This record gives sequence, structure tokens and C-alpha cells, in this order.
Amino acid sequence: MALSGVEIFKLLPKTNCKKCGQPTCLAFAMKLAQRQATLDSCPDVSEEAKKILGEASAPPVRPITMGAGDRAVKMGEETVLFRHDKKFVNPCAFAIEVKDTLSDSEISGIAQQVVNSEIDRVGQKLRIDAIMITNASGDAGKLEAAAKSVAAKAPAVAVIINTGNPQAAEAAVKPFDGKKPVIYGANASNLDAMAAVAKSHKATLGIAAKDLDELCVLTEKAKGLGVEDLVIDPGARKAKEIIAANTLIRRAAIKKNFKPLGYPVISFAQRDGGLHEALVASVGIAKYSSIVVLSSIDKWKNLALFTLRQNIYTDPQVPMQVEQKIYNIGEPKADAPLFITTNFSLTYFIVSGEIENSKVASRLAVMDSEGLSVLTAWAAGKFTASKIAQFITDSGIEKEVANKELIIPGYVAILSGAIEEKLPGWKITVGPREANAIPTFLKTRA
Amino acid sequence: MAFTPSKESYAGKVYALTLGTGDKAVTVGGENVLPFHSFEGETPNRPLVAMEVQDVPPADWPENVRKAYEGVSDDPVKWAKHCQDVLKARAIALRLIGTHPDRENRSAEDAVKTVKDVLAAISVPLIVLGSNHAEKDTAVLVAVAEAAKDRNCVIGKAQEANYKTIAAAAMANNHKLIAMSELDINLSKQLNILISQMGFDKEKLITDPMCSALGYGLEYTYSVMERIRLAALTQNDVTMQQPLLGDVGMYVWKVKETQAPESDMPQWGSAEERGILWEAETATALLVSGAEVLIMRHPKAAEAVEKVIDELV
Repeated sequence: MALSGVEIFKLLPKTNCKKCGQPTCLAFAMKLAQRQATLDSCPDVSEEAKKILGEASAPPVRPITMGAGDRAVKMGEETVLFRHDKKFVNPCAFAIEVKDTLSDSEISGIAQQVVNSEIDRVGQKLRIDAIMITNASGDAGKLEAAAKSVAAKAPAVAVIINTGNPQAAEAAVKPFDGKKPVIYGANASNLDAMAAVAKSHKATLGIAAKDLDELCVLTEKAKGLGVEDLVIDPGARKAKEIIAANTLIRRAAIKKNFKPLGYPVISFAQRDGGLHEALVASVGIAKYSSIVVLSSIDKWKNLALFTLRQNIYTDPQVPMQVEQKIYNIGEPKADAPLFITTNFSLTYFIVSGEIENSKVASRLAVMDSEGLSVLTAWAAGKFTASKIAQFITDSGIEKEVANKELIIPGYVAILSGAIEEKLPGWKITVGPREANAIPTFLKTRA
Repeated sequence: MAFTPSKESYAGKVYALTLGTGDKAVTVGGENVLPFHSFEGETPNRPLVAMEVQDVPPADWPENVRKAYEGVSDDPVKWAKHCQDVLKARAIALRLIGTHPDRENRSAEDAVKTVKDVLAAISVPLIVLGSNHAEKDTAVLVAVAEAAKDRNCVIGKAQEANYKTIAAAAMANNHKLIAMSELDINLSKQLNILISQMGFDKEKLITDPMCSALGYGLEYTYSVMERIRLAALTQNDVTMQQPLLGDVGMYVWKVKETQAPESDMPQWGSAEERGILWEAETATALLVSGAEVLIMRHPKAAEAVEKVIDELV
């Protein structure tokens, strides 16, 4: 459980030496409580205090990195149960399962698709993050061969080795030394040996438990064996079980700071049929999975899953913004209508959607208003006559349009005169107040 | 270390609401926990997927969903029967989009005839939706509510601008009512209060906090639904305990991802499967955040959602 500033203060030297950069120990304690400072700034803190504070200040869900380099995936560090409270921190990773019963060319083919899976959406690069190599054959040699194929074809992609056989794990993990792979498959019968392999290769250990009780026992044992980088599988497979187990795990970690379950969760969504699989994966994305394992890689499925992950992991306190520019809707000719609005993403989506509905090819000038909607931006002085005039002038749109007419949102009708003054030669037309009146508006103009 | 699961018991619960009549009537809501949390409470009723049909042919729907109704969508009665008998829909949502002044501008009398014909042809519950033109909806929905008297339909949508007449008509004719506001938990609460103050039973309301499509503001609808449900359960807020509606199809089948052909967007893959998944995934996310009633368009998307519901209940 997180300590309060006063509780932390009691453990500090109380010398007010200022070496930490804060005026007093109490001020430093407050910073620590808000996680805006770290304990190493205090040179005089006692070992005992370090131990207590270290445990208390550790994030409730342990941060784990999977893979290395540009494609390394951060997991864990979550602090809330609901996204409206605070941003979910590390978006869940998608792993494609490759079975070692496949032929070498099939394995290479899937690895190549993972490498090529990257898509750009609203300025973010989204991709399949990892490959899970599963020892479906039960043969250690086949797993090793599959691992080598993946390492050769997709050297930058994070890897999860899936086997309950410590010897097979030992051989298969070698090509990924230094790349923080996950070795998944530690259970009650093989934990000691699997932990030893993970330890010697600096890999994260994936615990495969039957249920939450067994999971707690196994994570504590692994910790006792010196392996603390863990991902946990509570044994849930059905969508309903995934919600139940993931919710209980997240609650225990966040509300009780219960360390045995304070690790990223791996969920298995593999199903016959990509559509059903994608929907089970969606449940995992929304409900706390840190890794979702999929059986197939299809572009249409990737796009939808990437988009949901992006939506769920968006910061609820920062309005989503779209880029400031003039968007074409349909294929506008020189005499097409030109609208202007602000760059709050919802405003943009709704206005552009209604223009699309009207089937009248148009231009939509979207002005940077720091993500505020029209009325809010106007009230905050970010959607003013002079700023609108400046934007329209700088955009150079004047050269592309036949009629210099700008349609402004009805809510800022009051600005029309001032914009006309600042944009000589332009006609300012007041459009509807609400976007859903745009189709009617365009129809009555025609 | 032994693990004691921290199970939550909440003060409030969601109203159970029944729509339709006879043995095809459907009850939704009634749970006293967050969606699909059957491990810690009661989740007596399965969420409902209603298939959308329209009073006029769906000329404005994208090809990939329009073609699923080829041969039946020229007539709302045929279309509704197809959904009930072939697709096994548990409810039909009839959208009177043709009454919109900018569309076919069909009259309230035309709408009444369509509703009567559809009701005569089906036995599953009917949700009747206006064209989302506040003024015209008033006239149309009042007439329709009367024509559908005692079939226990759901009438919608009542909004701030027109709720009085629509709520009065729903009340007089024993229907349930959809109250819709725009993506704001406070507006949603306020509208529920205004409607109940007219004497409308708050337990006969369905809340539509406004849907948005995957990639186009879905996170707003998701969080508004989640917050409404938490207010209902943890604060026992009796003005927010209505079942929630996701009017999914209408919002999904106008975004680029459900329309752009693969030839234009090779990195997006098959357009047909993409569109179906876009609708099904939007619906699934809303189920997880709190929706009890979904209005959907593509038969395969609805089928996939029923299948994931099978795994969730």
C-alpha cells in the first residue's frame, strides 16, 4: 500500500539538510509520496528506511521489459482499475503464436509478417509486438530450430518461448540472449529448473498456473529463487474467466498492493476463426491483459486490435487532437464549400462524418486549438478572428478555391464580422451550430 | 502467501427491463455487479443484440453491409421477418430514417403504416427509432407510439429538445423509452431526471449516452458507460441505473475503415472482414463497459457478438 507523505517523513533523517534539493525533509517526503522524487536523492537515509520505503514505493504492477532495442515492449506499472481515473500506462502487447510443428518456411513466413505488421494511425506506430514460439511437437530439437528461424528472420522482435521442458527452453532461449525474452511455462512441477534457465539467460519467467491460489504460491517461490521478472497466467481461457481473473489480479495489486500478483498478465485468445479470436482479444485489451496471444496474423484483424488498444490506452485527461491542416472530404473541386472547425478529435470526427453523410465534396480546415471543442476554444481565446484569419492566410488555400468563402461554426457566429475585416476579399458564412445540421445546410445551399 | 480474492458487493443494481410481449419477450439488465462479473454477484440476463432494419431501402449503407440484405431490404416487413426467422434475431430495431425531411420525408401516417405492418409480421420485440430530427421525430414517434400500443415496444430517441412529447406518448401507450444525450454523464443523468419528473417510470428507461465507432471516439462512449455503471452500483444513484444502449451499426458503417477497399488501403487487409470486425469489436468493447442492448447491422458481426457473449455469460 502506498505510504502517505507523513508516514514517509517519519522514516527520513529529519535533518532538513537540503541535499536532496528540497527545502525540508517534509517537502521531500511529499514529493516521494507523489512519486515526483526518488529515495536515492537522500544521502543519509537509513538502510531500514530504504527497505520499507523501497517496498512501499515499488509500483503495484512490476515494470517488465520484453525484447530489446526500438521494438522493446514495456509492460506493467499500472496504477488504476478504470481508464477514466488515470491513463492506463503500458499498452498490452500482441504476440502471434508460432508452433514448432510448422515447416521452416511457414515459420519464417509468419516471422516476416510480424516484422512487416507496422501501421501508422493518428501519428502512432502500431504493430504486432512479439512472437510466441510454442513447443507443440514436444521435441526440444524442433523448438530450437524454430527459435533459430525466428531469430534469423525477425531479429528485432520480442520473443516468448513456450515450453514446460527446461532443457528445451535452455536450447531455444540462446539465440535471444541479451534481448530479454520471456520463457513461459513454469509450473508447480518444473519451477526450480525453469527459474534456473531464466536466471542464467536474464529472461523473464512466465508462470503458468491452474488458478489464482497456485499462481500466488508459484510467484513467491520464483522470487525466493531469485527470479523477480515474471509474467503471470492465472489459467483463464474463456472470455468470462479472463475478466474474472484479470480483475481480481488488478484489484489485489492496486488496492491491496498484494505483491504475489503484482506482475503483468498474459492472456491466451487463440480461437478457430479470426473474427471470434479478435473479440476475445478485445476483452483482454479492455480488461487488463499485458500480453494477448493470438493464433493468426491478418491485416484487417491487426488494424482493429491496434485501434482498440490505442483507444483504451489514450490519456483521458488529454483531449485527442488531430493534425492542423485542410482536409479534403470526397474530391473537392475549386468551388467546393470550405468549412473551419477546431482540432479536438471528436469535433473533427463528427463534423467530417456529417460532411461525408451529405455527399457534398468539401474542404474542412482544422485549426489547432490544443484539442478544445469549438465553444471551449472560443472561450479560451484559441479560436478567435485573428487566429482564424492567420491560419487561413498561412494555409495558402486561397489559391485553390474559386470562391473565397469560409463557413464557420454557428456557435461562433459572433466572429463573422471580425474575420471578414481581417481576411479582405473573403465572404464569411455562418454554418449550423450542431454538426448534424450540416447535411441540411449543404442541401439548402445547392 | 494465501490469496483472498477481494470481491466487491455493490449497493446498487441495474433495473431489469422487459421489452416485447408473449413468449418472445426479452428482459435485460438486473445485474448488481460490473459487466460479466458473475464471480461476485448476480448477472441474470444476457445482453440483447437487436438487428437494424429501415423503413426505406438502405441506399446509404456501404456495399459490404447492404449486400447482406439483398432481396429483402426493399421492404421493411420482408426485412424484419428475415432478421427474425433466418438470422434468429431476438429483437428488431426499425429505424424510420425515411421520415427525415432531407431524406424521403415520409409522413407520420406512412411511418404508422410501416410500424403496424412490421408488428403484424413479427413476434420478437420491436425498437422503433426516429430519424434523429428533433422536430420531425416528435410528430412521427407520437403517432407511432399510439399505433404500437400495448406491444411493449421501445421508442426512441427522446432528447433534450423533444423529450416531453415523446415521453408522454410512450407513457400513454405503455412503451419503454430511450433517453439519449451526447457523451456526457451529467447530461445523461439530467435527462433521466427530467423525464422521470414528468411522471415517467425511471425503470422503463434505457439510457443511450451516444455511441461512437472504434477509432472515432469509442473511448469516450466506453468511459461514459463505465462511469454511469459505477455510479449506479457504487453510489446506488437511482437516476443512473437504467440499462445502457449502444446504437452501434449506424456509427460504425460510416467510418473509413468499414468502407475503404483493399485496393486503396492494402495495409488494412480485406475490406469485408474489416468492416464486420469493426462493428463486432465496437459492440464487444461497449458490452465490456456496460451496454445491455446493442443495435447492429451486419449479420456476421451480430453472430460473432452473440458467440463472444456465449463465452462471457
